[in-house]
Amino acid sequence: MTQLILEQALNGLQFGLMLFLLAAGLTLVFGIMDCINLAHGSLYMVGAYFVAAAAQAADSFWIGLAVGVAGAALLGLLLELSLFRRLYRRDHLAQVLATFALILIANETVRMIWGAQPVMLNAPDALAGPLEIAGFSYPAYRLVIIAFGLAVAGLLYLLVARSRVGMWVRAGAANREMTEALGIDVQRLFTAVFVFGAALCALAGGLLGPLLAVQVGMGESVLILAFVVIIIGGIGSVRGALVGSLIVGTADTLGRALLPTLLRATLPADTASMLGPALASILIYLLMAAILFFRPQGLFPARA
Amino acid sequence: MAFYQPARYQKPVAGALLLALLALPPALAALGHEFYIGFATRLLIFALAASSLNLVLGFGGMFSLGHAAFFGAGAYAAAICMRAGISEALLALPLAMLVAGALALLVGAISLRTRGVYFIMITLAFAQMAYYLFISARAWGGDDGLPLPGRMTLAGLSLGSDSALFYAALGCLALAVVFLGRLAGARFGRTIQAIRENETRMEALGYPVFRYRLVCFALGGALAGLAGALLANLTGLASPNLLQWTQSGTLLVMVIIGGVGYLYGGVVGAVVLLSLEEVLSGFTQHWPIGLGLLLLAIVLFAPRGVAALFGKAGG
Repeated sequence: MTQLILEQALNGLQFGLMLFLLAAGLTLVFGIMDCINLAHGSLYMVGAYFVAAAAQAADSFWIGLAVGVAGAALLGLLLELSLFRRLYRRDHLAQVLATFALILIANETVRMIWGAQPVMLNAPDALAGPLEIAGFSYPAYRLVIIAFGLAVAGLLYLLVARSRVGMWVRAGAANREMTEALGIDVQRLFTAVFVFGAALCALAGGLLGPLLAVQVGMGESVLILAFVVIIIGGIGSVRGALVGSLIVGTADTLGRALLPTLLRATLPADTASMLGPALASILIYLLMAAILFFRPQGLFPARA
Repeated sequence: MAFYQPARYQKPVAGALLLALLALPPALAALGHEFYIGFATRLLIFALAASSLNLVLGFGGMFSLGHAAFFGAGAYAAAICMRAGISEALLALPLAMLVAGALALLVGAISLRTRGVYFIMITLAFAQMAYYLFISARAWGGDDGLPLPGRMTLAGLSLGSDSALFYAALGCLALAVVFLGRLAGARFGRTIQAIRENETRMEALGYPVFRYRLVCFALGGALAGLAGALLANLTGLASPNLLQWTQSGTLLVMVIIGGVGYLYGGVVGAVVLLSLEEVLSGFTQHWPIGLGLLLLAIVLFAPRGVAALFGKAGG
């Protein structure tokens, strides 16, 4: 039982950190430019395909990851310059329509190039086995993902909280007009944020690739989770995104692993077997609705 | 956005269109294209669903990204009614509307306390909850959905043939559009639109803003439930896919294409989107790319929707 709980807690941490990579970019795009980007999940999908293709061509996971992330950043740059730039001043309806169109285009283009079957992406051979620490064994590759996630989260924290660019980003999220009036080129800043967000998406997609299937439509479900994270954390706040990701990642993973067992101990068997999975999958949405109800601005609101 | 006002030529055009639609099934049958009767029924049903969202979004100004929950709830209510032996549409369809409307009332009562982006996200959250509940409900088929044992009867007449169902859907859509048109011009519709324009002012004038919004939201949900029940009859299945967030997105896209806040916005949008799908899929299996590019063009070049290109905004 301790092995199970510890393992699931680590899985939750790993899932949460990957969610953070997705949510960090999304929350800034949302917070600074007030732009709803439904295609953020598509960047994650396309990034994962880029990494898989590059890894296959170079026969090395790490080279593939680097090339794929760079490719996704380039795609993000093109999208920002050609389309998103025109969307910031439009209302949310126009943003939803345009980014929904992007989802359609991205899904079908990927299907056209790579086919409808999931693409295989293998973890590096050296990390394929489990790692044993004091009688507790855990997949080595997942530990590497956790290390990666922690490193990126730390880096991002330093960047946002300590650097000058980070200060501009925070200022832009808190009050865009005032920041512009002070002479900061928010437009250019936003291009940078968008590109950075796209790169983080591809990093998450590439790292998760060996664990999940790289397939069409993988972006849609994760997009909703990323939205849940940024609503819980507070729109525009990177710190909120980190806390939100960890809450959502752990609650979802532990809920799925433990709730059915817990319910079976307290309820009749057939009720528990029906209620368990249902409750586990709606747990994070319940959490989000509760937070919206009691703290409508999220846990760490960027706008005071 | 201005108050809704019907264009002068709207009534004659709608009447002529209705007559043409009445003649459609025999005409298609005579030409040997019976397959298209089912497609036309799908158009009518989605036109109804999109119109119900347009009531909430266009007239009420509430940007809901969870409308598919009510659409799907209606479909499930119809399937459950049928399996319980209630196959009379005059009883089962109102029941489906009641279930979907009650769900919308519940969701709205909580969601409408939030504003803006938060409202979008909380409606989405509730729709996701409904989606996962139906997926995990093994008694109702879980992942596979709940098949209907047959089609409903309307006042004793079977809806088994495709043209009978077509007429039933046409009747529902026509009634709904007339109802929405009357509603938009009535005191309730005016109030709702005024709240959309300036909530604070209406609050100050003493209108119970929250209650007006809630009623509008629930009405939209009930109409979406009617569309869902009809769709379940057409496809013979209440599927959890109807509740997926991409379905809410599709309905939104229909309304935006058609024209937010125009009486026929939902109808035009559903017809345009589904017809485009049908036509493009005849040319290439990669039709979503073409559709996506077209949608982008609409966003960039026809920002107020297709209906706005032809009619005036009124007011």
